[in-house]
Amino acid sequence: MKKVLSLLLSLLMVLTLFTACSQPNNGGPSNQEPQTGGEEEPGTEEDVIKIGVFEPLTGMNGGGGQQELGGIQYANKMYPEVLGKKIELVVVDNKSDKGEATTAVTRLIEKDKVVAIIGSYGSAVSIAAGDIIKNAQIPAMGASCTNPMVTQGNPFYFRACFLDPFQGKVMATYAVEQGAKTAAVIMQNGDDYSVGLANFFIDAFKQLTGDPNSIVDVSEFQLNESDFNAILTNIKAKNPDVIFAPSAATTAPLIIKQARDLGIDALIMGGDTWENPALIDVAGEAAEGVVLSTFFDENDPVTNEAKKFVEGYKKELAGKEPIIPAVAALGYDAYILLRDAIERAGSTDGVAIRDALKATKDFEGVTGIINFTEEGDADKNLAVIKTIKDGQFVFVDSVEVQ
Amino acid sequence: MTGQLFLQQLINGISLGSLYALLAIGYTMVYGILRLINFAHGDIFMMAAYFMIFSIMTFKLPWFIAIIIVIVATVALGVLIEKTAYKPLRNAPRMSIMISAIGASFLLENLATYLFTGVPKGFPDIKVLTTAVKLGSLSLTIATLITPFVTLLLLYLVLFITNKTKIGMAMRAVSKDFETAKLMGININKVISSTFVIGSSLAAIGAILWGSRYPSIMPLTGVMPGLKCFIAAVLGGIGNTAGAVVGGFILGMAEIMLVTFLPAFTGYRDAMAFVILIVVLLVKPTGLLGEKVTDKV
Repeated sequence: MKKVLSLLLSLLMVLTLFTACSQPNNGGPSNQEPQTGGEEEPGTEEDVIKIGVFEPLTGMNGGGGQQELGGIQYANKMYPEVLGKKIELVVVDNKSDKGEATTAVTRLIEKDKVVAIIGSYGSAVSIAAGDIIKNAQIPAMGASCTNPMVTQGNPFYFRACFLDPFQGKVMATYAVEQGAKTAAVIMQNGDDYSVGLANFFIDAFKQLTGDPNSIVDVSEFQLNESDFNAILTNIKAKNPDVIFAPSAATTAPLIIKQARDLGIDALIMGGDTWENPALIDVAGEAAEGVVLSTFFDENDPVTNEAKKFVEGYKKELAGKEPIIPAVAALGYDAYILLRDAIERAGSTDGVAIRDALKATKDFEGVTGIINFTEEGDADKNLAVIKTIKDGQFVFVDSVEVQ
Repeated sequence: MTGQLFLQQLINGISLGSLYALLAIGYTMVYGILRLINFAHGDIFMMAAYFMIFSIMTFKLPWFIAIIIVIVATVALGVLIEKTAYKPLRNAPRMSIMISAIGASFLLENLATYLFTGVPKGFPDIKVLTTAVKLGSLSLTIATLITPFVTLLLLYLVLFITNKTKIGMAMRAVSKDFETAKLMGININKVISSTFVIGSSLAAIGAILWGSRYPSIMPLTGVMPGLKCFIAAVLGGIGNTAGAVVGGFILGMAEIMLVTFLPAFTGYRDAMAFVILIVVLLVKPTGLLGEKVTDKV
């Protein structure tokens, strides 16, 4: 019996080892080698400028990462050159995994010798890669990573989107405007985006209601969890007016559907990751009425660049996605911001590009006029609130918070 | 803690537990016969969910036909894995076949990522299973309600097969003494294949019920349930079919009750499952219903 016991125990250990690394290993064959944008003409160092694209194409955030990549690739098609040279996008998949993120970024910098990096969807992976980017002095432009820690203390990380403290406040404001007095919060343990946004919402909600007990329940779950019945049953007993559950687009439909199946009729709200067709496809009718905040609305282009983008990209997406995802717009902005900075820097030196990025002034992007703050964040104070109605994302309001 | 809340959690726990039980039976039966922990079992479960998605979404089959096709396809996959990954290693050391099982598991996960991409797919909405019914202030989907009954029915069926039929008798013989059973003229390969047929069909049914409750399927969907059900099988006494069901129920209930009574620890559900495994292995390695086996020298 001892033999069996020791065999089992050692197996368990082996197994945990394997599961720990199974995620990084689970990319498809397409991820074995970085895909290069200009495969037809490999190009030498002299006539090509390489920009790394660091996005999750598989795993928890695979869907969102691919949307963002779509916007970046479209921008590359529109503006294929800088400094008289062709821009080549080198795409790596960070698999929504913090461990994989550092490997992916190191590879972009060491092996592919990119001059700058765009990405990533998902703040956790961006934060994980931050130190490598800082030490290599390669400027990075996040498109939709909203956690403050992405750019904090990192002079080489910039981003094109608003931040979670802002987003949390927007959602809390909306909830209070809808008459909510109590809220329950669900967050993913270990995911910086989810935990960050949830806590900013909690702070803002308590402040706005003036009641420290207005948050009636805070529940956590872990990666790859499917069963939310237990935490939702606890929440149901506390009968909150709203449930705020910032989470990946893979998890969100499960939470929404199980909540509705349990007979919870509270308003369910999420963050920018929820603007993803997966929510409607997977949760179906249960998704009706959920509310989310996002960066951009295709029906309300705020700049000329936006009009051009909506018109062109709409054709590109025809038949694939009903609306332009906000993260695609941000991916596009991230690319053109970076390209503009390289042009103005007149060189591909990391520090020079960084300085040019810092000097960006009233840049006309798709998601608005962009200036960077001291920290490298796009100075934005406008968010779009959308809801799901009849299986479509529908514009509700645009909110400005100072 | 109100009665209503507790009742709802109780049903959540029983339902989750019976899903674990369905998968755990597959682990325990294969272990009973081959002394092999079939690590690919969770991934067979995941593939079954994808089969369901494709037969309904792509081929537009009605659900009752789709269920039959999914079971047949999953059984075929299970037997194929047995024939290619385990059978050639029948006389090899036990460790080799174990490693082969891990290899089969990785192969399936990567194959699924390649074929279906890593982006999750929605599980078809089978109204018969996903409709929510209200019982007083309780609200439950039909899938949640019927899962325990399906599990008990299937357990009864499996016990009937193993105890009352000829192939079942052969299974028990092989499980008791592989070599002697072989010498007595029992067709070992047939017995092993039958075990995989039963295990895989239960995994297929489990996947359909799982998908109806948790309708987001991706290539790693099988990993966590696979590990949990392995724990359930060990907890109940690996090799013992009824034990696997008991283990599944206990594990499912323990997870839900952790959330109910210690809401602050909801993030530690998975950790608790592994703690249970370690405690069982230390205190009662044969599991709750496992037989005491003495190693022959």
